[in-house]
Amino acid sequence: MHPIRKKRLTIILFLLAGLTVAVALTTYALRQNINLFYDPSQISAGEAPSDVRIRAGGMVKEGSVVRDPDSLKVEFLVTDYSASVPVEYVGILPDLFAEGQGIVAMGRLNNEGRFVADQVLAKHDENYMPPEVSDALEKASKNQSKAAADSIKPAT
Amino acid sequence: MWQIFHKLGSPKWFFGISTRFMPWLLVGGVLLLLAGAIWGLAFAPKDYLQGNSYRIIFIHVPAAFLAQSIYIMMASAAIVTLVWRMKLADMFVKAVAPVGLVLTFLALFTGAVWGKPTWGTWWIWDARLTSMLILLFLYGGVIALDRAITDDKSAARAVAVLVLVGVVNIPIIKYSVEWWNTLHQPATFKLTEKPSMPAEMWVPLLLSVLGLYLVFGWLACIRMQTEILSREQRTRWVKELVMKGKS
Repeated sequence: MHPIRKKRLTIILFLLAGLTVAVALTTYALRQNINLFYDPSQISAGEAPSDVRIRAGGMVKEGSVVRDPDSLKVEFLVTDYSASVPVEYVGILPDLFAEGQGIVAMGRLNNEGRFVADQVLAKHDENYMPPEVSDALEKASKNQSKAAADSIKPAT
Repeated sequence: MWQIFHKLGSPKWFFGISTRFMPWLLVGGVLLLLAGAIWGLAFAPKDYLQGNSYRIIFIHVPAAFLAQSIYIMMASAAIVTLVWRMKLADMFVKAVAPVGLVLTFLALFTGAVWGKPTWGTWWIWDARLTSMLILLFLYGGVIALDRAITDDKSAARAVAVLVLVGVVNIPIIKYSVEWWNTLHQPATFKLTEKPSMPAEMWVPLLLSVLGLYLVFGWLACIRMQTEILSREQRTRWVKELVMKGKS
């Protein structure tokens, strides 16, 4: 390669490397702001500010959804399977909202550690499958958990 | 080896060879796109959670994939422009930037349409969506900068620098869903693992991506040919070509 071209290429590579480091440091420093939501562990560890509008995200805990019979009020627990945060919301939930589904809620954390949401968005995962497959999977896991429950019972 | 590389940079040589390739690119691309779309929209099974609304994936993913892929190609061409001062590389950047812009817009638009029924919102400022919006602005910036400078040579260099600076955004788009908490789900397709989707869904998706690549190849060729003809209009080979076309 011609020496001038070699020099140009070196300069470009150096510039790109420098730029990458600069952007990496900036995004690292801003990671709190880039994160869309706090997960339940962060909230229960006190990392999330209270009385400021924030987002909380995680899975809707199975069996935790309580609907008020007279209004649109819903209460449920959001969990990341190591910590849970109680959430209350008044309004219409997205179609994909269900127990065991991921959600992102926007709202405020009150002084009692309850999250008062004014918007709930559904988050879906990267898995796609036909309905028959998911039914089969569900059946299989139910059988398995039943078998597991049966095997635990004699011990207790 | 360098001789072949420099021959590649000759507009006349490229014009000849691309004319031969182009019909194949167009026919193959359209066929693959049609096959992917019909299979994906009509025959692929519906999703257990999202039902039929997930089918927009057969447009959303190819558009988003190409949008990023085209930018990486532009960045490679920008290095060639800056180091070897090859005209053809600069013509490539100019020719494909609008295509990238349109595909990025399409990805954002189909994403919004998909987001409303599944997430419950058209738009959210999460890392994936925001970095994709920055890509749209980068494409727009490249086109605007190129139009703003009338001298071809200085435009080529300025555009190449801008394209290279913007390439940092590509890994950010790719890994945004892993580095930060986002509403957008992580990637379904990974290089090292099998896709988290059955074959009757990912095969039509793959066909659409390949088809879009071929159609993009055709678009790139025809746009580059136009650029070559307008820039090289004073050379003998172009004059001869035009005379031949007239008679």
